Amino acid sequence: MMRLKDFPVDECLLQGNAACPGCPATIGLRLVLKALGKKTIMVVPACCTSVIESLYPHTSFDIPVMNIAFEAAAAGASGVEASLRQQGRTDITVVAWAGDGGTYDIGLQALSGALERGTNFIYICYNNQIYSNTGIQRSGATPYAAWTTTTVGGKNELRKEMGDIILAHHIPYAAQTCISYPEDVFSKVTKAKNIKGPKYIEILAPCPPGWRFSMDKTVEMGRMAVDSGAWALWECENDKMIFNGKSKLILEKKIQRKPVEDWIKYQGRFGHLFRPQRDEKRLKAIEEYVDSLWDRYRKCYLGK
Amino acid sequence: MQCQSNYHGTRGGEEKLTIMIDTGNRIAAKAAIMAKPEVVAAYPITPQTTLVEAIAEYVARGEYKGEFICVESEHSAMCACIGASAAGSRTFTATSSHGLLLMHEMLHWAALARLPVVMCNINRVIGPGWNIWTDENDSISQRDTGWIQFYCSSNQEIFDTVIQSFKLAEHEKIVLPVMINLNAFILSHTSMPAEIPEQRVVDEFLGKHIAHWKSDIDNPTTFGNIIGPAYYYKVRRAMQQSHLRAKKLIPQIAKDWKKSSGYFHGDLLEYYKCEGAEDILLSMGAIGAESKIAINELQNEGQKIGLARVRVLRPFPTEEIIKLGKQANLIVIDRNISVGLEGVLFNEVKAALFGTSDIKATGFIAGLGGKDVTYKDIKSMCRKAIQGTSKAQEWYAMED
Amino acid sequence: MKKFSVETSLSYPKKGAMGKTGSWRVFKPILDKKKCVKCLRCWIFCPESSIHREKDDSVSIDYEFCKGCGVCANECNVKAIIMEREEAKKN
Repeated sequence: MMRLKDFPVDECLLQGNAACPGCPATIGLRLVLKALGKKTIMVVPACCTSVIESLYPHTSFDIPVMNIAFEAAAAGASGVEASLRQQGRTDITVVAWAGDGGTYDIGLQALSGALERGTNFIYICYNNQIYSNTGIQRSGATPYAAWTTTTVGGKNELRKEMGDIILAHHIPYAAQTCISYPEDVFSKVTKAKNIKGPKYIEILAPCPPGWRFSMDKTVEMGRMAVDSGAWALWECENDKMIFNGKSKLILEKKIQRKPVEDWIKYQGRFGHLFRPQRDEKRLKAIEEYVDSLWDRYRKCYLGK
Repeated sequence: MQCQSNYHGTRGGEEKLTIMIDTGNRIAAKAAIMAKPEVVAAYPITPQTTLVEAIAEYVARGEYKGEFICVESEHSAMCACIGASAAGSRTFTATSSHGLLLMHEMLHWAALARLPVVMCNINRVIGPGWNIWTDENDSISQRDTGWIQFYCSSNQEIFDTVIQSFKLAEHEKIVLPVMINLNAFILSHTSMPAEIPEQRVVDEFLGKHIAHWKSDIDNPTTFGNIIGPAYYYKVRRAMQQSHLRAKKLIPQIAKDWKKSSGYFHGDLLEYYKCEGAEDILLSMGAIGAESKIAINELQNEGQKIGLARVRVLRPFPTEEIIKLGKQANLIVIDRNISVGLEGVLFNEVKAALFGTSDIKATGFIAGLGGKDVTYKDIKSMCRKAIQGTSKAQEWYAMED
Repeated sequence: MKKFSVETSLSYPKKGAMGKTGSWRVFKPILDKKKCVKCLRCWIFCPESSIHREKDDSVSIDYEFCKGCGVCANECNVKAIIMEREEAKKN
């Protein structure tokens, strides 16, 4: 794996953009664009990044960016890719960069279509588990019991397993990572760049205002998510599944995952589970869900 | 079902023309392929399907060398066209009815993005209940999206208008998407002859596609980020100005095409026997074609009546309508309804005439849900209007 | 940079598109170069690209655009960066 010292110094996301302080999306964008370089066209649906780009007539992106409607990133990228192929510009990487709302929910159909058609692009979902650009509403990626402005007492349902949906398309490369692991992000994006066909990468992106934690803790929150097993680092190349880093150790039971409680207790969106008194029932349900997740991972992928 | 025979057309001068006897859809596909779009993205919907299938056959035969993307919805079809156009390619798609409605958001997007996407829409009834026959409510309800809208009345006109649309859409003074409308089944599935010029003629007429803006790694831009009110206002005005310029360019391009291919179907309007007319009928699409027979018969019966077939609904031919309003009383047949108001063409004709004329305008709603409108029906509507026995806006042949 | 003449929402790259975002700061990261071990964690994690990386992998902070989130201080394993409250700005 590449060392930080070997990461390119070039920046494609310019300083002085409109992102909130401590924004995980900009950390992710920097990493992704370091891996992809300037020969990249990015298609962006409605999401925080459409704001981060800053105001017309200026942009904070030093690569071509095409904004498109909320549900449309993958379809728009299909068109860009087809056009570039006609022009013989197969040296350019086409990337759709979308949030979890634009991926799990409203953009799912277009994404599934593009994967099935074999569009030669990388679809990257930066997942902050909410509709953050519209002001923190629940999405299909919001975890059970989390507060959002539309799940005021905590979400009643479990989050969608997007990874399973993606894997069902049997595309050449799919991966889950997190902004807290730059080497992991870099390596996965680089790998995806060099594979032909549809690639999907999902990056967990802890959002300070959305999750209600202090903005200096963005990176730490991502690590805690992985330590607790609430988020897994994996990659699947040609249907061969590999877990990475701590997630691999958790899968193989070489280490025990930390309690999810150790992660969520620092997030205001779960505050109602701790104050005024502990909500044992829901806290237990959260741990049981993550246990069941790993039981399933082990059943499906261990020793294969 | 492609009956082709080579012969030397009389209208095309020395050019060698091919007669193609085929359906409106297949002739539209022929025109689209001859325009050589680099990317076609489409999703099937009755009655557009045979158009898409025809394109798939061109792909299979190796006669179409561009990218044909079979997307998973009409919404994605328009998105893929937008993406391809923004990356610098000539693009084409086709849809109908509910497909067009599903595209609605992206129709606005393509127009605001100033992307010269060309699309055929087969005018079909909107459900529920399911009805695959023709009326024009699908495209009429897209008239504010910024697309230029043509309405065709024959297969020859479909062919010629598709070619002209690429020229118009990509013209540096326009840079807007164009929609070519044809009535379900009456045109889409009816075989008629059309003269097809040589490929060279189309190539020379259209030239190579030039993108007026594109996503380019050597000149990075961000398209469509947040834009404040003052700038947005200008973007809207620029679209309006392009539409106004299109009023001059559509006739010019039609004349240029006539020089190349021999065919001319009118400017924004097609005038038929309007000279000396005291009443003029305004209609669109297939009813427009049927109207000619009605006009012939009415004139034979001694009526001073002519026809102005509206070919272009957007930009709206305001000046032309005003001229007509100075000459004659107007009779308008709408195969659409803006529910809660009246037929859209009738409404817009009256708006155009406001303050310029005190002639009588009579409107009819006819043919909704695919109800047949024959030349006899058209004659009957015209007579009622001339005699003054119709209601202000009448639902023609409504059976209670 | 070529500007396209067609009038639509096309924007062109500019550093500081939202102005000098350093003015957003409430807390200011202070780097102690003597403690720095050149691990580059602050550089890679800075959401604003406001930690400049020098040729020898030493770093410096660009206060013009640093929004003061404190991720650098939190991620520094040797506590070479601390956060200090910005002094009240004059006027």
